[in-house]
Amino acid sequence: MTVKTMNESEEIIEKLKTIGKDTLKEINDGKSPSLNIIQRSLNNVYFDKETGLIMLGDKQQKRTYFNINQAKKFMQTLLVTKQIKWILEQNQPALSTRQLYYTLKHSIPGTRENTFDDQQTESDPIIEDVEVMVDALREQLKLIATPNGVIAGALTVKESTGETLDYSKMGSAGGAIPPIVEKGAFEFKSCTADFVLVVEKYAVWNLLNQQKYWKNANCILMTGKGQPARSERRLLHRLSHDLKLPVYIFTDLDPWGYYIYSVYKQGSINLAFFSEKAGCPNAKYIGFSTKDVTDYEIPKSAHIKLNDLDLKRIKEISGYDWFKKPEWQKELSNLKKLGVKVEQDALVAKSIEFTAKEYLPNKLEEKDFLN
Amino acid sequence: MTVQITAETLAKKHKSISIAEFFEKNKHLLGYENLQKSLLTCIREAVDNSLDACEDARILPNVYIEIQKIEGKADGFKIIVEDNGPGIVKANIPKVFGKLLYGSKFHRLKQSRGQQGIGISAAVLYSQLTTGKAAKVYSKIGDGKIQIYELRIDTTKNEPEIISENTLEGYEGRGTRIEISIKGKYSRGKQSVPEYLQETAIMNPFARMIFVDPENEKFDFERAVETLPPESKEIKPHPAGLQLGVLIRMLETTQSKNLTSFLSDEFSRMGRTAITEILLKSELGGKTKPKKISRDDADRLLNAMQNVKIQNPPTNCLSAVGEDAIKEGLKKELRPEFISSVTRPPSVYHGNPFLIEVGLAYGGNLEKEGAAKLFRYANKVPLLYEQSACAITKSVLQNDWKRYHLKQSNGSLPIGPLAISIHIASVWVPYTSEGKEAIASYSVIIKEVKLALQEAGRKLSSYLGKKKKAGLQEQKKSTFARYIGEVAEALSNLTSIPKEDIDVKLQALLDERIGSIGGDIEDMQDDDYKKDKETGMINEKSEPVAEETQKEIPKQKTLIDNYIPDDDGENNE
Repeated sequence: MTVKTMNESEEIIEKLKTIGKDTLKEINDGKSPSLNIIQRSLNNVYFDKETGLIMLGDKQQKRTYFNINQAKKFMQTLLVTKQIKWILEQNQPALSTRQLYYTLKHSIPGTRENTFDDQQTESDPIIEDVEVMVDALREQLKLIATPNGVIAGALTVKESTGETLDYSKMGSAGGAIPPIVEKGAFEFKSCTADFVLVVEKYAVWNLLNQQKYWKNANCILMTGKGQPARSERRLLHRLSHDLKLPVYIFTDLDPWGYYIYSVYKQGSINLAFFSEKAGCPNAKYIGFSTKDVTDYEIPKSAHIKLNDLDLKRIKEISGYDWFKKPEWQKELSNLKKLGVKVEQDALVAKSIEFTAKEYLPNKLEEKDFLN
Repeated sequence: MTVQITAETLAKKHKSISIAEFFEKNKHLLGYENLQKSLLTCIREAVDNSLDACEDARILPNVYIEIQKIEGKADGFKIIVEDNGPGIVKANIPKVFGKLLYGSKFHRLKQSRGQQGIGISAAVLYSQLTTGKAAKVYSKIGDGKIQIYELRIDTTKNEPEIISENTLEGYEGRGTRIEISIKGKYSRGKQSVPEYLQETAIMNPFARMIFVDPENEKFDFERAVETLPPESKEIKPHPAGLQLGVLIRMLETTQSKNLTSFLSDEFSRMGRTAITEILLKSELGGKTKPKKISRDDADRLLNAMQNVKIQNPPTNCLSAVGEDAIKEGLKKELRPEFISSVTRPPSVYHGNPFLIEVGLAYGGNLEKEGAAKLFRYANKVPLLYEQSACAITKSVLQNDWKRYHLKQSNGSLPIGPLAISIHIASVWVPYTSEGKEAIASYSVIIKEVKLALQEAGRKLSSYLGKKKKAGLQEQKKSTFARYIGEVAEALSNLTSIPKEDIDVKLQALLDERIGSIGGDIEDMQDDDYKKDKETGMINEKSEPVAEETQKEIPKQKTLIDNYIPDDDGENNE
């Protein structure tokens, strides 16, 4: 079975053409040409309690050509639209967003201005706009984000290249998570693991891998190296959703760690349209929690004082609907009271084996999670 | 032991000093405190005299100014100022140039550049003190003769000393020419002769001035208007500003036989009712002989005169430059893109009529960086010194320029390509000192300047507001136009409609939506600006003007050559 059937690509191409036709019709009718963009800002994002996901609302914004603040963006949106159509039509290889940016960046004839300025940050949001307009994933538009993630565990996968990958035989470096992990491109063949453990940091992942933690615990050990990119999230979703594996998240004890957990679980504000396909509402927070600090007598040497930015972030997160559960509100206020953060890496201060031999087994045994 | 000195001994040392001797010791009071200012003052006195003479005689002034370096003397300069005015009758020439405080202007109340009759003779005296050379004066009064004098001032007597006099026949026309040699310093920057002349040219657009500097470079300040401002009229004093000393002198010198006729003949606005009331209040009889009125009586009389309601003095005596002429002056000298000018109705301070005129010039060739230029004028004469002490400056600084789309930090001049010209015309300009550089801060004067600034400022504000808006529209349109090609290409790609078709449609749409802006901007622009733009006054270098200058200078030269024998060597002894 292939996900990217000609039909799916053709469907998207049709949608892209429709955008062009609708715009042209407005021009023919003597109207100011415009594009309907679904807003991707916080005010069009809501937390759906039923699904436990951050969802995109349907507030639309017109991006009009004859509006001085929107004219350039309008032009850029059309450039991205026509370029994606071209990639799909010509069956070009998948490009990174940066590569797409370079295929579109040129000087506008007769001016000293470029279609895009030197910052890629200008084109990325526009690609996301187009994703939402045609209701397709970037991966389906043959655009890739650069993944950082690594996994190891009893999982075999058949790739679109024809290769079969056995993630239990990837050695000390583990296996890289490919940019596209859609069905067809990345087909699960067998999996004997009992759960997935996601750790925030590569260093911690690496230590656990060396200690054969995933073998002992019979899990898939994964890291997104900090804030996860799209394909790590999409893979985790598929492991949770398709293989029905429980998911546990292990991060630093600080507001940034909490937020990484929430991105895996409920999705993010920016990519709210992606939550349904990438969220893991069943994921649980294994730690590190404020309670763990006392339970496991973490030495003071492992503490770092919370700074102003941390405190500001705690306040921000406390206001998000998906952190409104009493246990999370309590956790956030406890962290503020505690006044210190603890990095995952710092747990070696207890002992090198502490995380693998004592902390994780205990937490799992006692089902001591935040949800 | 101390030697006692008697009053008699001391009395021997008391003697009267002549005004000329006084000047010798106090020349800084009259604008001769340093070499640069002294040169400027000499030019200024001569040019002011020329312009006054021409205006009085209702002649459109042509003034020729030349400064020559004197060979072998680092700071020696010869100054020549010549005009096409009425000339001076032979008998008066020595006293006009060779006696201090001799003049036609001091004893009258009439708007004119000079006021005290001290100016040109002081320049002659300065010349004599610094180089020892005599002044040379040429005068034609239209009788076919030219009078040539070489003069000095006898400083102890304050009387002219004639070195030589000569009359030549066969010279047409009228005019005066003065040549003096002085110690000075020539510069081009602030408070220099070129600056003074340019500012003069702005507020005297009816005058043509040609200036040849010590490097032999010619500057032509063209005439921009062909009509003189209205004639200023002499008026009688008004009781409001009268001082006891002046009243006593008037009582002594009057021709009137009795007090009633003295009051009605010698003062302005003195009606029957007012006179009756004054006589009643001062307890003086209407038939009293003016010469018999004692000092105490005069005091009571003055008191009564100033406490009776009397109409303000007539204000039709003033000669305004006029809104249009100010615009022309600013236009020709500064080449701005927008000018607004205001001539206020006359007002009165201390019994003296005055009026305020303001010209604001913006943009064009004016310097874009830094603070606005402020040009102050009193009776059409630029005031170059003591800017901060002047009532005009105070009014400008107190004005809120931010309201007119201009930048201004508190208590400073506004920032931007702006020239502010302010003219006070009065029968008696209230200077703060003898140097005649700053206007005294009478509240009514400050108020009038502010009103004029606000009126002119509103016009400027409206222009700048519209310009800003038009600029934004223009910018907007060009932004849209810039992206049309890209948009058309992308849409062509998405729809398979040829790019050119979409391009044309988008262009048409843009023209339809914002195309009218061009016309709107035109409508909003100041008429003069538009005209200037069309005629190239604003953007183009003034080639045609320069050509014209080249043609006309020789003409002016021949006028001089015509009646001045080339005997410079002889006269410079």
